[in-house]
Amino acid sequence: MITLRVLALLAAVALAVGPAHAQISDGVVKIGVLNDQSGAYADITGPGSVVAARMAVEDFGAAKKGMKVEIVFADHQNKPDVGSSIARQWYDTEKVDLIIDVPTSSIALAISQITRDKHKAFIVSGAAASDLTGKACSPNTIHWTYDTWALANGTGSAIVKTGGDTWFFLTADYAFGHALERDVEAVVLKSGGKVLGKVRHPFPTSDFSSFLLQAQASKAKIIGLANAGADTINAIKQGAEFGVVRGGQQFAGLLVFISDVHALSLDKAQGLILTESFYWDLNDATRAWSRRFAERHRQAMPTMVQAGVYSAILHYLKAVEALKSDDGPRVIAKMKELPTDDPLFGKGRVRADGRKIHPMYLFEVKKPAESKGPWDYYTMRATIPADSAFRPLDQGDCPLVKK
Amino acid sequence: MSVFGVPTQALFGQLLIGLINGAFYAVLSLGLAVIFGLLNIINFAHGAQYMMAAFVAYFLLQWAGLGYWWALLIAPLAVGALGVVLERTMLKRLYHLDHLYGLLLTFGVALVIQGVFRNAFGSSGLPYAIPAELTGGYNLGFMFLPTYRAWVVGFSLVVCLLTWYVIERTKLGSYLRAATENPALVQAFGVNVPRMITLTYGFGVGLAGLAGVLAAPIYQVNPLMGADLIIVVFAVVVIGGMGSIMGSIVTGFGLGVVEGFTKVFYPEASNTVIFVIMAVVLLIRPTGLFGRSQ
Repeated sequence: MITLRVLALLAAVALAVGPAHAQISDGVVKIGVLNDQSGAYADITGPGSVVAARMAVEDFGAAKKGMKVEIVFADHQNKPDVGSSIARQWYDTEKVDLIIDVPTSSIALAISQITRDKHKAFIVSGAAASDLTGKACSPNTIHWTYDTWALANGTGSAIVKTGGDTWFFLTADYAFGHALERDVEAVVLKSGGKVLGKVRHPFPTSDFSSFLLQAQASKAKIIGLANAGADTINAIKQGAEFGVVRGGQQFAGLLVFISDVHALSLDKAQGLILTESFYWDLNDATRAWSRRFAERHRQAMPTMVQAGVYSAILHYLKAVEALKSDDGPRVIAKMKELPTDDPLFGKGRVRADGRKIHPMYLFEVKKPAESKGPWDYYTMRATIPADSAFRPLDQGDCPLVKK
Repeated sequence: MSVFGVPTQALFGQLLIGLINGAFYAVLSLGLAVIFGLLNIINFAHGAQYMMAAFVAYFLLQWAGLGYWWALLIAPLAVGALGVVLERTMLKRLYHLDHLYGLLLTFGVALVIQGVFRNAFGSSGLPYAIPAELTGGYNLGFMFLPTYRAWVVGFSLVVCLLTWYVIERTKLGSYLRAATENPALVQAFGVNVPRMITLTYGFGVGLAGLAGVLAAPIYQVNPLMGADLIIVVFAVVVIGGMGSIMGSIVTGFGLGVVEGFTKVFYPEASNTVIFVIMAVVLLIRPTGLFGRSQ
């Protein structure tokens, strides 16, 4: 009897000591890169993001610091059910600590919720919907590279200022398209412009002839393309065929990446105004990194999404090192505490609502004659400083932000 | 004047666009209908073969400097020849088995081909310019019709009608139709049935290749172009009636128009309307609109 009581007491004491918080789960920091490896967004993120992730781990010097970091990746095929089940499997069975990238906003929103339920960490580089740091903000999620509000504020207001005051929207019929359309429409209306019509096309679509016809019939000065990747490329290409620009209308590429310009060729893409947070030819640091990236990725220059993956993982590993733990919400909180500084995005910080702040740049696509070599596509038109590039903290309806 | 809130002018434009898309569906489903109707092979590799022809056209331009008109001739022949090789080496062994084996084989081949191309070329696609003679367009008043698209409709119509004529109205076509009904008897008459079957498969694949070259200047030449289209084309063939040549032509154009109208009145459904129609048709007429029950 006494022995049993002693044993019980010993057990209680042992358990009362408590779990060791300062510990990396299973001794490995496991990072999962989840994106579209083969479909409409594969060249924007895809295998390139995995290359960027690996470069980040190597440049961080994880091995030298005695940290074990593992990268896994998977293809969500732009389908929310596939993405969600991969995320659950990663978190539950494969002990992944951080999921990163995730283009396609509907999937990002779903995974943000799953990550919150499972107390892990999630950094979005690919998806755009500004709701990720607005109504759907979460203490486990950071939105890194760009969002629909920043695009609307950059491209949208630049175009309205140059006289594009009547708009017709061609919108991808899912979360991202709706968010981008909503944010740009707000900017257009605030600047005194008018929206003459909108049409929602299935995602993805390869034939835009019917929708372009409707855009032409509206006689709007600007046809706003609230879509991305292959959809934007097809719309612009077919627009050239149907004489959209010749008829006096202009395309506004609300989300255009350097990979899209490459696929379109300068001939079709010239004159497009776009907003990005990274360009390979900005300065010596971006050039050096981009060349290293291109060598490992089919000689293709990095998109801002891929650069974002690199930058985010560097900062994440810094936070893990400082905390000596990979516990999801605590690392995210640490990432908000530490200011960011990397060769690609410069100095910045992560806000309380999970929004990373850095300057955005307004670019114009060069004419073929102006380009001096492969991938020399952009002329910088303006720099939008970090504090005015993103939606003000108090306008997002994020429950994490104290009013 | 307007119909359900859409001005009739705009509606005419959409009708024309629908016919143009229908032309693609018609040529592709014709190839499929020829292969299934006459050979009883469910050729799931059709989309991949369509895609390969577009790539052949791209390479002819890049490496040999041969333009669109050459590609229109060479690419279908090249892809048709590859089809003949596939038939001779693999499909021939499955004729005595259930249809499903042919389906599985061609589906597997399609996945392999698409995967290889995607690995090599990425998924954003490669540019292919509209040939100089076909650029520009006509201002019809209610819309601007690109010359190239008008060419696609006209050329497709001619090819479809020619094919139908050869199969349904000529002696060669009658041999082919007889050979599929009773190969042993026709062979006894001295007709080389296996060779006819091989060439017919090659012809069907060649039709897919023709559609691929027609598509290259409009859509991006990309490894996924066939995958997007093949499911819709199968639905078209099923609705038209699996064995009917005229059925697939008429249905192809017709469904293109239906899809075009859906894009005006309820664009979010434009991806699915063809499948809804397929479900309805199968419930009412299981053999398809023009199909014959076998």
